[in-house]
Amino acid sequence: MSSPLYDNYLKVQRRRLRLIALSRISLLVLFLMLWELAAKWKWIDSMLTSKPSLLLSSFRELAFEGSLLRHTWISGLETLVGIVISMLLGTAIAVLFWWSTFASNVLEPYIVVLNALPKVALGPIFYIWLGDRYSIYGMAVAISIIVTIIMVESGFREISRTKLKLMESFGATRFQMLRMVLLPASVPHFIATLKVNVGLTLVGVVMGEFLSSKAGLGYLIIYGGQVFQMNLVMVSIMMLALLSVILYGFVNVLERFARKKYNYEA
Amino acid sequence: MAQIELKDVGLSYFTLKQETEALRDINLSIGQGEFISIVGPSGCGKSTLLSLISGMLKPTQGKILIDGHEVSGVSPKVGYMLQHDHLFEWRDVLSNLLVGAEIRKMDRGKAKRKAMDLLERYGLGDFAYHGPSQLSGGMRQRVALIRTLVAEPDILLLDEPFSALDYQTRLTLSEEVFQIMKDQGKTAVLVTHDLSEAISMADRVMVMSQRPSTISSVYDIRFDEGDDLSPWKKREAGRYKIYFNAIWKELEEHVVPSV
Ligand SMILES: Nc1ncnc2c1ncn2[C@@H]1O[C@H](COP(=O)(O)OP(=O)(O)OP(=O)(O)O)[C@@H](O)[C@H]1O
Ligand SMILES: [Mg+2]
Repeated sequence: MSSPLYDNYLKVQRRRLRLIALSRISLLVLFLMLWELAAKWKWIDSMLTSKPSLLLSSFRELAFEGSLLRHTWISGLETLVGIVISMLLGTAIAVLFWWSTFASNVLEPYIVVLNALPKVALGPIFYIWLGDRYSIYGMAVAISIIVTIIMVESGFREISRTKLKLMESFGATRFQMLRMVLLPASVPHFIATLKVNVGLTLVGVVMGEFLSSKAGLGYLIIYGGQVFQMNLVMVSIMMLALLSVILYGFVNVLERFARKKYNYEA
Repeated sequence: MAQIELKDVGLSYFTLKQETEALRDINLSIGQGEFISIVGPSGCGKSTLLSLISGMLKPTQGKILIDGHEVSGVSPKVGYMLQHDHLFEWRDVLSNLLVGAEIRKMDRGKAKRKAMDLLERYGLGDFAYHGPSQLSGGMRQRVALIRTLVAEPDILLLDEPFSALDYQTRLTLSEEVFQIMKDQGKTAVLVTHDLSEAISMADRVMVMSQRPSTISSVYDIRFDEGDDLSPWKKREAGRYKIYFNAIWKELEEHVVPSV
């Protein structure tokens, strides 16, 4: 069916994609090799910088002993719970703001100030109020919820301007508008918010663990720093990177599913 | 008794900056099954008038009656086809058609049968489960029209329903809409910028003046060739040119002062 010109075009595109993937992997391999060799030839002090082979062995050690995976699991779970809470709570508050323009107008300056406030500063307060375990959720939610409210609400506002006229013409109630238009039309905004939230919530969780916890990757990093074990610090950071990759993967799968179901373009 | 009645209706928009008087002293009565076209300079308040009849807006003066009852809020008797099609891309064609029925809590099975029936009749039967993005502009307008009809209104308000279409589709679609209205005996109010559309579809053409606008005149459209001519035939009928020129001239008078 397709013309030779089109076949050729596809071939060129595919080759390009393969080249990009290959370059990405090579870059990582090159970086690790350089690191390893630099440590081996004493260009750098592996006490300070660690090195890949050392990381691998300490990863094996830590993973075998079970504690690394447990700490990763704990941080992962905290992040997941944090994301869910701030998405639900943030959306609920955005709905409230949409429902009552008065409330939204009254609270707007407070939201702006809260958004600008560095949430780390609240750490001690969360610690005292919520204890060492729940303060982590406090921090995670504090960092991501304001952005959630702002993003979801601005989505609502845009949708209201363009998509509610029809609902009004049929005499829809506000609840019907919410259920039939605002929420389904916001799916792309939810996904975009989720993407931002994965990063922010992870920051919140690690920050919370720095300040107070007895477990999790943030705790491991602080602990490793205190006992001067660079391997431990580096391995934990890698696990953090891995964790964010996995969470982004989740969101991407969700996005593909949502795009099919709600039939929107990215 | 007239089905739609406007008595000394006036409407002003209020914003913090200013007050805009859009309509003043509108008196109008429209009978059951009548087809009215409204023409007038841009910004004179035609859409506002439709919103008033639909109940989406409340008049600041006078009152509006539908079947003898004063309008308060959107009435299920009225179907308002907006200028833009407003199809929801997260719903397929069929469930877009059911939006009105869903809002008004009508029997879902019955609405669905009606929607399928109308889709079939207007040549869109194969598209029931397609997304709106897979339709052409003319198809989308047709879907929007069917969506209005599925809610079973007695009165149809059409706000420049064909303005987004190319000339050819426009002619065909206006022909179809005219047939649908006549078949079902519905009352229709059509706002348009296209004079030939206004004359060929309506029993009466209403011309509105500049803002604050009133109805400056009403033309009864009658042809010697008979009463049930299709829009197509009307465009070729003898008196068509006379109406066209008269209305054209009057509109020109309204438009010129502001330029
Ligand atoms: N929500 C609003 N708030 C304030 N003024 C408004 C509002 N809607 C319309 N107007 C004003 O009322 C007047 C009439 O508007 P309307 O949309 O009814 O005109 P129209 O005849 O439909 O115009 P067009 O032919 O361009 O569609 C305009 O001058 C417009 O600026
Ligand atoms: Mg208008």
